[in-house]
Amino acid sequence: MLDIKNLQVYYGVIAAVRGIDMHVDPNTIVTLIGSNGAGKTSTLNAIVNAVKKSGQVIFDGKDISKEPTHRIVREGIALVPEGRRVFINLTVEENLRMGAFNNDANYERLRDEMYTLFPRLAGKREQKAGTLSGGEQQMLAIARALMSEPRLLMLDEPSLGLAPKIVGEVFEIITELKKRITILLIEQNAFAALKIADFGYVLENGTISLADKASNLLGNDEVRKKYLGG
Amino acid sequence: MDLSIFLQQLVNGTSLGSMYALIAIGYTMVYGVLRLINFAHGDIMMVGAFVTYFVYQTSGSFTLAVLAGILASVLVGVLTDKIAYKPLRDAPKISLLITAIGISFFLENLFNVLFGGVPRAFKAPEMLTKVLHWGSIYLPVTVIIIPIVTVTILIAVLWVLYRTKYGMAIRALAFDIPTVKLMGVNADTIIALVFALGSALAAVGGVFYAVSYPSIDPLMGVIVGLKAFAAAVLGGIGSVTGAVLGGFILGFTEIMVVAVFPELGGYKDAFAFFFLILVLLFRPTGIMGEDLERSRF
Repeated sequence: MLDIKNLQVYYGVIAAVRGIDMHVDPNTIVTLIGSNGAGKTSTLNAIVNAVKKSGQVIFDGKDISKEPTHRIVREGIALVPEGRRVFINLTVEENLRMGAFNNDANYERLRDEMYTLFPRLAGKREQKAGTLSGGEQQMLAIARALMSEPRLLMLDEPSLGLAPKIVGEVFEIITELKKRITILLIEQNAFAALKIADFGYVLENGTISLADKASNLLGNDEVRKKYLGG
Repeated sequence: MDLSIFLQQLVNGTSLGSMYALIAIGYTMVYGVLRLINFAHGDIMMVGAFVTYFVYQTSGSFTLAVLAGILASVLVGVLTDKIAYKPLRDAPKISLLITAIGISFFLENLFNVLFGGVPRAFKAPEMLTKVLHWGSIYLPVTVIIIPIVTVTILIAVLWVLYRTKYGMAIRALAFDIPTVKLMGVNADTIIALVFALGSALAAVGGVFYAVSYPSIDPLMGVIVGLKAFAAAVLGGIGSVTGAVLGGFILGFTEIMVVAVFPELGGYKDAFAFFFLILVLLFRPTGIMGEDLERSRF
């Protein structure tokens, strides 16, 4: 579904991603784990062309490396950005409407689906997104991304800054979503990510140091030491 | 000042304020999305007034002339963004500001070269130049029409901003351009829409100005533009309702100060800037403003 070849991201002379190859199969959860500054966010931003990059990104057989961000999103990739980035001055419902900007015909059906999937949001439709709690904002960000009916959903650190109980809820929803779409998940919380993922990549200093089935990575000594706290 | 004079000045102030408000909306909306004071905005108003003037002279149809004026301003506004501002989206804001000043000088001088600097009398259709009077109150028709048109336009703008998905995108853009792109929205199209809307309103403001004064010249946008900018800051830059409020306050004050202290008439232009300085000193965020880092549609 998604093929990344020799992807490089530079900020000036500083390399964030130094030529990585990745592959995401349809209807799987693939996770990219690694410590802070390993290049995880840069990788996702490069896929949607939100940062300058070189290398190839192939989505469903089509080279989208040179497409502008909004076109890539229209192709069927949605990114839930780091820090959620909900539109805090817009209401919950307006945030969902923004997510369906190019999907007018299905807006109402999807909106109602989202309120079923995220009951916490249903009671806060007319509330400004800025007044929501961190967990609710994360759910709104995911719901907003789903409003474009993407085939590939990319999540950047969905557990960041959330209470453990909420992290559990968010991960439950991600597992639930796996039934219908493909997911590329970035996490610092490697344990939680590997538990729900099919395949995993370990990113270190902008290069991929390990790529294996998620279950194998969970048992890997090196991974356990570095990312799973022993 | 007796009541009839007060009423008369009240209407005059509303009319002048409407004009400032229409132009201030363009400043505030562009600032809202790009954090740019579009110094060429007053000149875009001038372009609208000039095109209206020429088309009215040749065609004789005022409606057609106003539509042409609006269209011309929209074109110049959108093209300015596309040619001059868009390549600088990622550049420091100061580069954008300097470019805006450059565009302003360019438009003023272009029209100076093409049409000369001598003011031209703007003959509006009779319907607009009539003067109504009740007792001692004399009211040109324009001072009644201008506020009505302004309020109608304002309602339309607010409708677009708060009831359409494009308006929603404009409000979202004011907070977070990269995330708007992640919604599959072409941010440049939405920014072009902001320039188009602001320029159209400026053209209407320019026509009102031309009909009221009634003359036009290539530098007509300078002072009016600066005052509308002062109005936008007074109301809280980034806020559309603030811009309208600021426009009306400025219009009223200017008219009333001259009415109460006729000997200060020569200083009337100074009041706008006196206000601007006061606002910047005591409430830099303006009346409707809360946070300089964010704009509030």
